[in-house]
This record gives sequence, C-alpha cells and structure tokens, in this order.
Amino acid sequence: MSSAGAATQARENEPPESFGPSSAGARSLSPGDRFFRRLTQGFAILVLLSVVGILVTLLSGSWPALKTFGLGFLASKEWNPVTGQFGALAPLYGTVITSVIALLVGVPVSFGIALVITELAPRWLKRPIGVAVELLAAIPSIIYGMWGLFVFAPVFAAHLQPWLTEHVGSWPILGLLFEGPPMGIGMLTAGLILAIMIIPFMAAVMRDVFETVPASLRESAYALGCTTWEVVWRVILPYTRVGVIGGIMLGLGRALGETMAVTFVIGNAHDIHLSLFMAGNTISSTLANEFTEAVTPLYTSSLLALGLVLFVLTLIVLVAARLLLMKMRAREGERT
Amino acid sequence: MNLYLRRRVVNRVGLTLSILATLFGLFWLVWLLWTLFGNGLRWIRPSLFFESTPPPGANGGLANAIVGSVILTIAGVGIGAPAGILAGTYLAEFGRASRLGAIVRFVNDILLSAPSIIIGVFIYGLIVLRVGHFSGWAGAVALALIVLPVVVRTTENMMRLVPDSLREAAAALGAPSWKVTIVIVYRSARPGILTGVLLGMARISGETAPLLFTALNNQFWSTDMSRPFPNLPAVIFQFAMSPYEDWQHLAWAGALLITVTILVINIAARMLLKKRGKA
Repeated sequence: MSSAGAATQARENEPPESFGPSSAGARSLSPGDRFFRRLTQGFAILVLLSVVGILVTLLSGSWPALKTFGLGFLASKEWNPVTGQFGALAPLYGTVITSVIALLVGVPVSFGIALVITELAPRWLKRPIGVAVELLAAIPSIIYGMWGLFVFAPVFAAHLQPWLTEHVGSWPILGLLFEGPPMGIGMLTAGLILAIMIIPFMAAVMRDVFETVPASLRESAYALGCTTWEVVWRVILPYTRVGVIGGIMLGLGRALGETMAVTFVIGNAHDIHLSLFMAGNTISSTLANEFTEAVTPLYTSSLLALGLVLFVLTLIVLVAARLLLMKMRAREGERT
Repeated sequence: MNLYLRRRVVNRVGLTLSILATLFGLFWLVWLLWTLFGNGLRWIRPSLFFESTPPPGANGGLANAIVGSVILTIAGVGIGAPAGILAGTYLAEFGRASRLGAIVRFVNDILLSAPSIIIGVFIYGLIVLRVGHFSGWAGAVALALIVLPVVVRTTENMMRLVPDSLREAAAALGAPSWKVTIVIVYRSARPGILTGVLLGMARISGETAPLLFTALNNQFWSTDMSRPFPNLPAVIFQFAMSPYEDWQHLAWAGALLITVTILVINIAARMLLKKRGKA
C-alpha cells in the first residue's frame, strides 16, 4: 500500500500537465512517436474495455434468467435446480450480513492499527508493524479458508460459541443472533475471517490518509495541551473523515466479493436464518460451489445473474470509495 | 482536576485499545503461519515434487499442480504485465491531464478491487463458453486481467517519480519522445516497475476463484494449455474439502508452499524498492 502513498506524493510534487508533445504540435510528430503514443493509448483503452466487457458479458449471460424471473429474482429465496426456480435473496442476504460483521469487527481494529503506526509507535517499530500488516494482506484467500475450516472453526465451536450462547444468548433481541448448535462454521465465522482479511486494506488506507494531516495542525493541537487521543479524535479524524470513509468502503468492496475464504467456512446452505451460528451462503460462495455443476442453461444464467448482482453491488461501493478518496486528495491539493 | 483526570483516563483507555487492536491484528498472522508450518512442514517430502496428484488412498505428490501453477502464473504475468506497462506508460507520459487518462485511471482502480470471482465468470463467458471447454489459456487470461491493474498502477506511479528535467534534457539533445520514454524513463523507473510486476505475480500465485471455471483442474500431468489445466489452488480447494486424510495432508503441504512462495516474492519486491530508495 506504500505505492498508494507514493502516488499521492508524486501527484503533489508535479504539475499535472502532459509531458508529451501537446496536441497542438501533434501534426509534427514523427511516425515513431505517433506509433508509440497510439500503442500505449490502445492498451489504456483495453483497461477500459475489460471493465465494460465484464458488465456486458454478465448482462447478456444473465438475460435468460432475468427475463424468466424478472425483478422477483432479487426477492425470492427459492433456489431449486430441480424445479428450475431461482432467486437471489438467500445469497444476497448472506453476502450483506457477513460483510456487515466484517466491518463491525474490522473498522475499529484497523483504526487502532493505523493510529498506532502513525501516532504511537516509535520510529523503529513503524516499519515492521506496517510490513507485518501488509503480509497479512498478501496471504491468499484460500489459505484463510483452509485455516478457518481446520483450525479456527474447531476452536471457535469449542470455546467462543458456547460462551456467546451462554452469556449473550439470553438477552432479549440480540440473543436471537447467537442461537443454535455450535458447529464452528456459519455466517459468524465467515464474517470474522472476512474481518481479518480486510483489516490490512483498511488499515493501510487509514494510515495513508492520517499521514496527510499537516504536521503544523497536529503540533498546534499538542501545543494547546491536547492528549494524543484528543489529537486523533478531534483533529486528525475530522480532517481525514472523507478518506477514512473511502478506506472503509474499499474494505467493504473486498468483503462483498471475497470468495474462497468464505466458501470454506460458511456451510453452503441456501437458507436465511436470523441466527449467525447457522450455515448460509454468499453470492461468491454460491458461484464457486455450483458454477461447474450447473447443467441447465437457466441454472447457469441464474448464476451469472447472481454474478451481475454482486458486480453491480461492488461497483457502487467501489465507485463511492474512489470518489471519496479522490475528493480527499483534491482537498489536500488545495491546501498545499 | 476532575476534567484533567477524565481526559487522561480517556486517553489511556483509547491508546490501550489501539495497541490491543494492533496485537489482535498481528496475532492472526502469527497463528496462521504457526499452524501452516505445523501442519504443512511434515508433508513436504521429495515425492511432493516428483509425483502427480493421487486418487484417495494412494501415494502421490503435487508435481503436476505445481508445474501447472508455475506455467499459469508465468503466462498470466506474460500477458498482463506488458499490457499493464504500456497502459501505465500512457497514463504517466501522455495522458496526465487528458480526459481519457482520468477515466482509465478511475476504471483501473475499480478493476484493481473487483472481486476475482467476477473476473473468472467474465472469462468463462468470453472464452470458455465460446470455445466450448475449459482451458489453461482461459485461466491464464483471467490471471492476466488480475495482474493488469496492479502493473498499470505501479508503472504510472513509478514513471511519475522520474523528474521531468530528465525527460527535458533528453528531448533537448534531440531524442524523439518514444526514445525518451524507453531509454530514459523506463531505465530510471525499472526497479519500481519490476516491483509492480512482482506484486502482481504474488497476487495471482494464490488466486483460486478465477481459475475454478476457466482452467478448471486436471488430475494428471499436462502441459497442454488448450485443455483443462492442473493448478495448485484448485487442488488445495478440492483436497482440503475432501474427507480423505491423505488428500488433506497434501492440501496442507500445498498451502504452505504457496504461502511461502508469495511471502518470498513480496519481500523480494519490497527489497527491490528499498534498494532503489538508497541508490
């Protein structure tokens, strides 16, 4: 994530003008220049086309399912390959619930980590902590899944789940969330593992935006007698709010689409239960489990429609995240 | 005095919680690596690298899957990295202020965080469905699409760090702009660009979701990229989810191999950048 930091720096130090020959002088370009320019431009457009291609492919592939089920596809929890009835509600529910759990756990932890790296840790410790967090981000999701299934789930079932049922299970409304047999796998496990996976991403963005706070602002607050916590809570956080929210949205985008880790531990059941201990399904885990088994065209098309729902969902979140982060950067440009 | 005390208590509590949060984050890394080595190291033996994936109950290794993954990764980087470097070059050299540049930059960031399983579904619709069967090439293209945005982004960032005075000096000596880019800018930004390629490679070495319905998997030794192709992540997925213990052991060994490879690539990429910083 240090590259993201480098990017902001690069953009601040240089005037954002084109270095290459300006368009006015384009006619005088040599053939070699024109060719090279067109070549790189072609590949830049390729990036654009691939995202458009994803959208078009998903739309055309899911058309048969959308035509058959209409908007009811989103509202039906039926998922029966035998009778050919498909609805997105159960996997959509699972996707949203696991992501919300991941955010509830992940956001405070990421905030704490970013705070420690930027404000608390001595200089020699900053880099090792940063690197360790980045390594956590580098571990592939299938490893998290396998570890979750074989190591985390048994520990979770033996210790944490009974404790939750015993202590929180009897509370009025909240208790309903922690009912049921302690199986280890289920929505809560999936959400917790997602949290571990998105913490590094959110922590890295938060660290980057915290570091954009001008030293003079921070030092003035300290000089006025603020405690470290007050500096963070009343000066740094208000200043970087937009960027922090952008980072959280980025984490949410990852949590929504994460596949392998969830597939291992969620239990793969097309059901909607209030209890977080029960097995469920997310859009991505449904795709991973069933895509190669889909035998009828309508089945495949329904899975593609699920993919479309997921892509549109992440697209909205990611676009919002990027716009917020861009706004943050633009504001920073005004001040320097 | 009461107010001061409260502020100090709040400060203490807040900072303690933050430190606990950091320990909480690092705790998972340690626990994960610990169990990975504990469960995987035992099953790393020579046969792992020389024998193909066995049916349950028989002896075997992961040779076909390892070689398949290496080939897929190289092919993915081979397709994705040059495309990414060229696109990044456009953003850094020609499209700094242009509308197209701004749009591509934005869309690239979206592609960077798009769910990898969606990329798999896309390539399934684009290639597998048209060709009629799963193939190694489809897997390689899916991986290339994941490498692409990583390389575009680092290439642009690194080329922008090259001072404009260097470009102007070369241009003043009469070099055409393509030569300035290739001979001057690429050369100064090379370690940074290479870091991006390595990071992209690390990212795809463990990717599973986009391979599930592109390359699929292959139980046997195969180097034919136009057929379903063996690869380590898919084998780990299949073996770990199976009820057979010997398969699960192989999955642990494979998981350890992948993780160590990725961590080594990551650390190498970091060292490369650090070296550049010193020079």
